[in-house]
Amino acid sequence: MMILSGNPPRGKLLTGLVVLVVGLLALAPFLFPGSKPLNVAAKICVYALLVASYDLLLGYAGIVSFAHTMFYGVGAYGVAIALHALGASWFAVFAGLGAALAVAGALALLIGLFSLRVQTIFFAMVTLAVASAFAVLASQLSWLTGGEDGRTFSVPQALRPGFQLIDSGAFGGAANGRTLAYYLVFGVAAVLFLALLRIVESPFGRVLQAIRENPFRAEALGYRIVVHRTAANVLAALFAACAGALNALWLRYTGPDTTLSFSIMLDILVMVVIGGMGTLYGAIVGAAVFVLAQNYLQALMGVAFGAINKAGLPLVAGFLNPDRWLLWLGVLFILSVYFFPTGVVGRLRADPKP
Amino acid sequence: MTAIDAGTALPRQKTDFWPILLPLAMAAIAWPFIGAFSTWLTLTLAGLAMGMMIFAMASGLTLVFGLMDVLNFGHGAFISVGAYLAMVAFTPLAAFTQADSLSINLLALVPAMLLAMATSAAVGYVFERLLVRPVYGQHLKQILITMGGLIVAEQTLYALFGPQIIPLSLPTALRGSLEFGGAAVEKYRLLAVVVGLIVFLCLQFMLNRTKIGLLIRAGVENKEMVEALGYRIRRLFIGVFMAGSALAGLGGMMWALYREQVHASMGGEMMVLTFIVIIIGGLGSVGGCFIGSALVALLVNYAGFLVPKIALVSNILLMVAVLLWRPRGLYPLSSR
Repeated sequence: MMILSGNPPRGKLLTGLVVLVVGLLALAPFLFPGSKPLNVAAKICVYALLVASYDLLLGYAGIVSFAHTMFYGVGAYGVAIALHALGASWFAVFAGLGAALAVAGALALLIGLFSLRVQTIFFAMVTLAVASAFAVLASQLSWLTGGEDGRTFSVPQALRPGFQLIDSGAFGGAANGRTLAYYLVFGVAAVLFLALLRIVESPFGRVLQAIRENPFRAEALGYRIVVHRTAANVLAALFAACAGALNALWLRYTGPDTTLSFSIMLDILVMVVIGGMGTLYGAIVGAAVFVLAQNYLQALMGVAFGAINKAGLPLVAGFLNPDRWLLWLGVLFILSVYFFPTGVVGRLRADPKP
Repeated sequence: MTAIDAGTALPRQKTDFWPILLPLAMAAIAWPFIGAFSTWLTLTLAGLAMGMMIFAMASGLTLVFGLMDVLNFGHGAFISVGAYLAMVAFTPLAAFTQADSLSINLLALVPAMLLAMATSAAVGYVFERLLVRPVYGQHLKQILITMGGLIVAEQTLYALFGPQIIPLSLPTALRGSLEFGGAAVEKYRLLAVVVGLIVFLCLQFMLNRTKIGLLIRAGVENKEMVEALGYRIRRLFIGVFMAGSALAGLGGMMWALYREQVHASMGGEMMVLTFIVIIIGGLGSVGGCFIGSALVALLVNYAGFLVPKIALVSNILLMVAVLLWRPRGLYPLSSR
C-alpha cells in the first residue's frame, strides 16, 4: 500500500503555485517576523485543512453540507473546554481532542443516517437547521462553553510565547514557543492534508466520485450509496474537528464567532469554490487567496474608499467601504461557479481532458 | 368488466386530515401544562401570529421548489429587502404612522406593504434571470449560486443602508394590546393573523379555483405534460418565483415591524426557520407549509414559556418527530 497518494498537483503553473504557498508557509516565522503575518500564516494552514475536508464532501462526494462549522466548532470547543477544566497540560489537549472526535463522529453519523438517504438538497437544509441550533445551544450553555464570551485558556508550557526552545539569541529570537506552536499547526495540517489526498485516491474515494457522477449506476454496481456517503460525512467531520482543535490551540481562545458562526460556513464555501472543487489542492490555493484578501484587500479598499469619499460619491463609496470586502468576494464566488467550476486549480491544471 | 358510466363521479382523493389535527392537538395538550387560560390564549395567539408571518415567508419557497425543483438558498434576501422597504416607506409617511387612528395608520401600512411586495418581486425577477436560470437541473450549482446571491444581496443592503441595526416603530394605533377574557393580546399580532389568513386564502383560491392555479398544480405534478399541452411553463415559473419573492418581502416587512428593528442578517436567520417549516410540511405543498408554520410557531411559544432551555432545539426535535412519522413531510408530493 502506498502511504503517499500518487496525485501531484499536475501542471507547471499549479505545481509552482502550490510549492510557493507551502514553502512560504513553512518558512513563515523566519521570513515574516511579527505577530500579524504569523497569525495570517497559521490561519491559512487551519483553513486549508478545513476547506480540504469540506472538499471531500462537496467536491468528491457531491454533498452540500452546512454543518461543517459545527464540527469545526466541536473540535475547537473540545480542546478549549478540556484545557479550561483540566488546566494546561498535553493530557488535557489529547483528552479534549479525543472527546471532540467522538462527539463529531457520532453527530455526523446520526445526521448522515437520518438525512443522506434522500436528495442532497434535503441534506443541505437539514444540516443548515442543525448547525444553527447547535450555534444557539453553544452560546446559551454558558456554564460549559462560556456563552457569547467563549473560553480563554492557557496552552501547555511549550507553546507559550515566553518559552524559549534554545537560548534566546538564536534565530533572532524566533525559536520561542509561539514558533513551536506555529510548526505544530503547520505540521499537523500538512500531515492531515496528505492523508486526505491519500483517501480521495483510494478505492473508497473513487466510489465516492462514482456516486457523485451517477448514483444509480454506482448502486447497480453494488456500492451502497448511503454507507459511502455517511462514511464521507463522518470522515470530513473528523478532519474538520482536528482543524478546529488546531485553531483553538493557536488562538488560545474559542468562541461562537471564531468557530460556529454562519459567516465562517460561507467563507469555507467561497474558499472551496474559488480554489477549485474536487481538487483538494484548491483548498490550499483558496485558503491562501481568501485569508490574504481578508487581511490585505481591506487595506486596499480602504485607500479606494478614502479617495472616492473625498470625490463626494457617498453611494459608490458605500460599496468600496473596507467592511464590504465580502461583497466583492461574493461576486467573484458567483462568477467562478458560472465560469470556472473547477476554480483556480482547474484553470491552471491545463489538462487536455477535464 | 363493467363499463364506466359517464354519470359516475370520478373517485375523489381522500382528504388527509391527520396533519390538520396536529396544531389543534398541540394547543390542547399545552393547555393543562400552562394552566391559566389567559396565559394560554396569549401564547396561542402569539404563536399563530408568528406562524402566519413565517407562512408568508415560506410559501413562495415551497411553491418554487415544487414547480421547478429549484431550492432557493437566497430566499432570505427577499425577506431582508421587504424589511428595509418597510423602513424606507415609513420615513416619508411618518405623519400617517404617528397619527392615533387605525384608518390613517393603515393608509401608511398598505402602501408600504405594496411597495415591499413590488420591490421584492422585482429583485426576485433579477435573481431568477441572473442566477437561477442558468443552473436549472443542477442542484449543487443551484445551492452554491443562490447562496452567493444571498451574500451579495446582504452586503449590498449593508452598503446602501449601513451595517447597524435600524429601529423601526409600529404605527401608533397598532401599539399596545387588547383585553380578551383576562388575556392580553397585542394588536399587531391580531393584524398579523388577519394578513396571514388573507394570504393563505388568496393562495388557496388561486391554486384551486383559477386556471393559472390549475396549471401550477399540474406543473408541480408533471411539468413535461403541461408543456406538451402547449403552455409555457417558463413564464408560469417566473410568475411563481416573483409572487414567492413578493410574499417573502411581505413576511419580512411584517417580521421587521413585529421585532421593531431592521437588519440585513434577519433574512438569513429567518431562512433557517422557513426551511424547517417546508421540510415539515412536505417540499412543494402549500397546505403542508401552512400547518408546518403553525406547528413550529406554536411550539416555539409554548416551549419558550414552559421549558426555555428546550425552546432552542424544539424546532429540530419537531422536525425529527414529524419525519419519523412521515419521512417526506406532512403532505408529500406524489411525483417525487
